[in-house]
Amino acid sequence: MIPLSAYVAVSAILFITGLLGVLIRRNFIIVLMAVEIMLNAANINLVAFSHYLESMAGQLVALFVIAIAAGEAAVGLAIIIVVFRGKISTNVDEMSLLKW
Amino acid sequence: MMSVFFTYFALMSIAAGVLTVALKNPVHCGLALLALLLHVSGLFILLNAEFLWAVQVVVYAGAILVLYLFVLMLLNLKTEERYFHTSWTYFLAPAILGSLYVLAQLFHSPFSGAKGDAPAQAVLQDGNTFAVGIKMFSEYLLQFEIVGIFLLGAIIGAIVLAKTPKPVDANRNSP
Repeated sequence: MIPLSAYVAVSAILFITGLLGVLIRRNFIIVLMAVEIMLNAANINLVAFSHYLESMAGQLVALFVIAIAAGEAAVGLAIIIVVFRGKISTNVDEMSLLKW
Repeated sequence: MMSVFFTYFALMSIAAGVLTVALKNPVHCGLALLALLLHVSGLFILLNAEFLWAVQVVVYAGAILVLYLFVLMLLNLKTEERYFHTSWTYFLAPAILGSLYVLAQLFHSPFSGAKGDAPAQAVLQDGNTFAVGIKMFSEYLLQFEIVGIFLLGAIIGAIVLAKTPKPVDANRNSP
């Protein structure tokens, strides 16, 4: 029997990895991928607690998280296409100005 | 047997996550993210969440990741020389310290609490998908509808954003 803390530890390590990716990568698309890693870590946590505390609520919230990740990916990638069309690179450090 | 599978899926998902953050070529990062998603779906199987496994493979690995790869191919990115933040080593030490602290806290805590109303025997009787469906369309119906409206808004927003813009008028910018 695998203890719950093992799942939570995997989830924590994945979350830290994703957070580091958001902080240190400069490519916008990779930053979005790191956000997906963090959402997956949260999903592991939710499903593990749902299994060990014998409640369906965690799995349902994980489903909603997946739906929201889909929306986030669609809108984020559309924003990347718009930015790239304006001949700005996808480097997050160079995207520092909003349209005013 | 369970612990063998758990060790494999956990180690592979962590390795794939690190590779997603660390690899240089964005397409390789996308493929590492695919490996991460598939191994996380294996963890879901170990937790008796078959419906979430299917959703993870179909929606995440099948739809979201293909969207990422499409945009990567469409933009034709070239690999940049300096692909990390300039002061990325300064982020590393606080991150490792913070994660060690979090892990130490996790292994101390007992994780006991009130049990819910879905023990494993009752779920296995009709299947995980049945249990998820009954719960979703009774107690979580409002959230389900809200997610539907959210996805509609996201679709419209993505189409409006990525639409080819009209040519800009010459006199629009002059006051």
